[in-house]
Amino acid sequence: MGPERSTRRATLRDGFAVLWVAIKREPRIFALSTVGSLLFGALTVADAWVLGWATEHVVLPAFRDGEIGAGLLWAVLGLFLGVAILRAVGIVARRLGAGVMQYRMQAHYRRAVTRQYLSLPMEWHQRHPTGQLLSNANSDVEAAWGPIAPLPMAVGTVAMMLIAVGQMLLADLMLALIGLLVFPAVIGANLAYQRLASPLMTKAQALRAEVSEIAHESFDGAMVVKTLGREGEETARFAAKAHELRNVSIKAGRIRAVFDPTLAALPNIGVLIVLAVGVSRVLHGQTGAGEVVTVAYLLTIVSFPIRSIGWLLGEFPRSVVGFDRVHTVLDATGEMEYGARRLDGGKSGQPVGGARLDVDHLAYAYDRDQPVLDEVTFTVEPGRTVALVGATASGKSTLTGLMTRLVDPDGGAIRVDGVDLRDLRRGALAESVAVVPQTAFLFDDTVRGNVTLGADIPDAEVWAALRTAQADGFVAALSDGLDTKLGERGTSLSGGQRQRISLARALVRHPRLLILDDATSAVDPEVEARILGALRSGDGDATLVVVAYRKATIGLADEVIFLDEGRVAARGPHDELLERSPDYANLVNAYEQPEAGDGREPQLTGEGR
Amino acid sequence: MSATVAAGTTVETGEEIGAIETLRRGVAFSPELKEGFVGTLLLAVLATLGQVIVPIAVQQTLDRGLNGPDGPDVSFMVSMGLVAGAAILLTSIASYAMTARLFSRAEHGLATLRIKAFRHVHDLPLLTQNTERRGALVSRVTSDVDQISQFLVFGGIMFVVSVGQMLVATVIMAIYSWQLTLVVWLCFLPLFLSLRFFQRKLSDAYGTVRQQVGAMLSAISEPVVGAAVVRSYAVEHRTQARIDEAIARHQSASTRAQGYTAFSFSLGGISAGLANAGVLVIGIWLGFADQITAGEVLAFAFLVTLFVGPVQFGTQILTDAQNAIAGWRRVIGILETPADLVDPGPDGEVLPRGPIDIELREVTFAYPGGPPVLHDVSLRIESGSRIAVVGETGSGKSTVAKLLTRLMDPTSGSVLLDGVDVRDIGDASLRRSVVLVPQEGFLFDDTLAANARYGKLDATDEEIVASAAELGLADWLAGLPRGLRTPVGQRGESLSAGERQLVALLRAHLADPDLLVLDEATSAVDPALEMRIGQALERLMSGRTSVTIAHRLTTAENADEVIVVDRGRVVQRGPHADLVAEGGVYGGLHASWVAQQGK
Repeated sequence: MGPERSTRRATLRDGFAVLWVAIKREPRIFALSTVGSLLFGALTVADAWVLGWATEHVVLPAFRDGEIGAGLLWAVLGLFLGVAILRAVGIVARRLGAGVMQYRMQAHYRRAVTRQYLSLPMEWHQRHPTGQLLSNANSDVEAAWGPIAPLPMAVGTVAMMLIAVGQMLLADLMLALIGLLVFPAVIGANLAYQRLASPLMTKAQALRAEVSEIAHESFDGAMVVKTLGREGEETARFAAKAHELRNVSIKAGRIRAVFDPTLAALPNIGVLIVLAVGVSRVLHGQTGAGEVVTVAYLLTIVSFPIRSIGWLLGEFPRSVVGFDRVHTVLDATGEMEYGARRLDGGKSGQPVGGARLDVDHLAYAYDRDQPVLDEVTFTVEPGRTVALVGATASGKSTLTGLMTRLVDPDGGAIRVDGVDLRDLRRGALAESVAVVPQTAFLFDDTVRGNVTLGADIPDAEVWAALRTAQADGFVAALSDGLDTKLGERGTSLSGGQRQRISLARALVRHPRLLILDDATSAVDPEVEARILGALRSGDGDATLVVVAYRKATIGLADEVIFLDEGRVAARGPHDELLERSPDYANLVNAYEQPEAGDGREPQLTGEGR
Repeated sequence: MSATVAAGTTVETGEEIGAIETLRRGVAFSPELKEGFVGTLLLAVLATLGQVIVPIAVQQTLDRGLNGPDGPDVSFMVSMGLVAGAAILLTSIASYAMTARLFSRAEHGLATLRIKAFRHVHDLPLLTQNTERRGALVSRVTSDVDQISQFLVFGGIMFVVSVGQMLVATVIMAIYSWQLTLVVWLCFLPLFLSLRFFQRKLSDAYGTVRQQVGAMLSAISEPVVGAAVVRSYAVEHRTQARIDEAIARHQSASTRAQGYTAFSFSLGGISAGLANAGVLVIGIWLGFADQITAGEVLAFAFLVTLFVGPVQFGTQILTDAQNAIAGWRRVIGILETPADLVDPGPDGEVLPRGPIDIELREVTFAYPGGPPVLHDVSLRIESGSRIAVVGETGSGKSTVAKLLTRLMDPTSGSVLLDGVDVRDIGDASLRRSVVLVPQEGFLFDDTLAANARYGKLDATDEEIVASAAELGLADWLAGLPRGLRTPVGQRGESLSAGERQLVALLRAHLADPDLLVLDEATSAVDPALEMRIGQALERLMSGRTSVTIAHRLTTAENADEVIVVDRGRVVQRGPHADLVAEGGVYGGLHASWVAQQGK
């Protein structure tokens, strides 16, 4: 981790280091594709050699003598075709090998990154925005392994260059040395291009992200944009960034426009020089026409693949940045430790009655100076219902998070049936405790999958849970009933419907402790009343903890725990607290405004205090 | 908020149109791509011609210079060298100019396309915006366009040049020997014929890859967005299994596509070998018939490489092009999805200022493919009155709000504001006079002031403060450490839900509408804040016509009149007290509300 890692300038060495990781991980497939590439390289050169050989031994003699043996003709045909077929094999091995290697590395890293997402603590998740984590798993992984695609080609090119150099040296030392000058010239041009273009490309990449951010935000707020008629202003905002991106791209393009012809011209210039020198050497009887042809031809065919080295180096900066970003996720620590204990009644199926909940001198702070929970202590006896009531930021949601061990306390402990949550084995808590959050999260799955979460639960029980959650009606009306796909994050349902599916998910597990974190906030009052009624009369023996604002919900509780600024300010039955604690009375009554149906005229009450 | 799963109109996928048609329509949307195209093409021809001069010079040098009839001709060879040098210079300059022009045209054209598509997304009906995955919409103005850009500036140019080079090489080859040219073309014929087949396969394969990318992203987002649920239900294994499956599917789809690419590319290599051998063998045979010289055969062999290079490169580009064409198709798909709410533009009526009176005339509304949500609703709302619309989930009450603010048009019947059909009112005037405050007050990642100013673009800080004071929010605003400069965070998430609503109300107040439509928020907020919101609402509604989609009893109680919607029909209407006495649907709703209030 650390910012210096992601902002430092990527060097060639870093790029090779990233590639080395991939090579170590997939040595065999790398070897295969490299052999393919070498084959391709060697045979491309062999092509030139065959042409040279055929010129010298077949074409020129044939024209000179006016005759030719059939065997020689077949040899020419066989040589060219054999070389071509082997080369084709090389191409397939190289390209497919590079592809397989690249996609394997992507898959390895995506699996590793998502395993981290699943094991890292909630605090870590809260610090990292969704968009960033998604791009870590997607585009950063892709960027990290981008250079694998041109890698075998580049390795092959290096080999091809070596072979070509050997061939040229064999053909004619002098001409070869002149031809060789093309290679450093091409590499030099490449490096110059990298240096000039890569800052622009980095800038363009950043602008692309900004363009995408604006689009995302603007489409997210489409309703506001539309109803206030601000489409024009939004388009202008987007256009400004799009134009900036365009201008940077054009600038980068201009550099490219210089680079491309230079790269194309260098080998041609080389060929001309080789010809000039070659001709003079032929005139002086120092070499043959075939040798000149061979060297010139080798130069031409090597000039194009040599660009692949440029492509490889060009991918490096992006690759190193992506790899570093992925590694900040992979290197993150803070995984929760689990004990070995289980709770009674977990897994074995039948409920054995409600669980006992002990909250013991609990302390928690996101920020050292501002404790969110301080010395919170209370016990909920099995089968009882307790309402957690408190103003915003009084610590209610933190408390429910601690109860389900999304985070561990800084001090004190939470025990279920006397067992500290930290002593439970992984998964044991979920067997006995279920929470329904305020914001329902639905999986991209069917209704059934969203309720069972893959557990083997008969449909009859699923329907029973849906009925208790007052969701059976609308689910039955869906086109495919339980098999209806709920789409990405269940967007096709209303907020209240989503909450009810989420509630059924908890109920179907017959938890011994059920925690409702303001879980019916988006449900119509009438429906909420029916849910609460069903909860009261249904699985009566589960222990129930509800975070509530509405009096009806609070009325369900045997006891109220009133939280104020992270401490238990008062506890007791609702009626009693109303009389005993003015703060509590203010809080509860302020929300309800005037009691309906008690004869008073409806009116807005004044400011609380 | 309708109980039925909205089957909204979806964005055109554009899958049906072919590659050529895609290009044609794409260019029509980005006219810049056509600008100066002839000039660019001329430059390309020049650049290509130059590329061919070098091998000719080689041939001439060898044939006429080195092996000339009267022995080596040095001066001829020198002049050939100069011609070649000049050709290289010309080619370089021409291809610089061509590349620079193409970059400029392509980027201008694509920026235009991007902006048009962005604007069009906002013009799409809300229904379409909601049914389409947001990520997919964003990708159409970002990565899809980027793909086209990659293709146009690298692939596109190189493809045009490659084809050009291929043709020029063919012409020059034909000048040397039409027979050998025929041989070369015959050798490449199987490749050209198989291209169509591979293109189709590749198109399918890349289509699958893109689908799998979407599926994979959606699987990966589960443990990120739903971290708390995954953890508290201990479904890590199942979640990981689903992700692994999606990753594996993406991997195998990509590998398959790569397989086709590799295979189609290797065919080019085999054809090239065949052509080389054919040229030499047939060349010798022609030589015996005195049709061709040795130098010409050798030069021809050079020309074949000039032909082979572009063919292989062109094949590869066609492969990559499948991705880009698919991207282009998707952007075109967006642009060709009709924006069914047509703005009458400058010919539209302008609403006079002052409270608006509303009339719904036999309004029926059905979501596409669904049953009617509103049946034949007719009602009048006097200007300046305060109306609450109530009804159960799925009754159609939210639809009324969307029709009044023209987020949707009725399937039949009409909505009239001040006696004018909303479809005839100019968009600018409509948005000026009618404001909807949605359930969730969406905020942009900017300061509080910038978000408030969204209601009135030229509002000064003083105006905003004054407006907040009018709503009774002065002390709240003063209590914020950074006041108007408070950054609200992504979607306003640095503020609490209640504070977001306050900003939304402030925004609406600055907009100063004549008709205010409110979709009441249901999520619970801090009671103290709740009261502020109530107070601000009260002040916001005074002096305007207001229609509130009510979820709370008190809202209905405070309204001048309550309209009760049940199963798509208006079943009751009148002041709260009268309706309670009357019983009926409202009586039932009221009873459950009262029960809700608890003791």
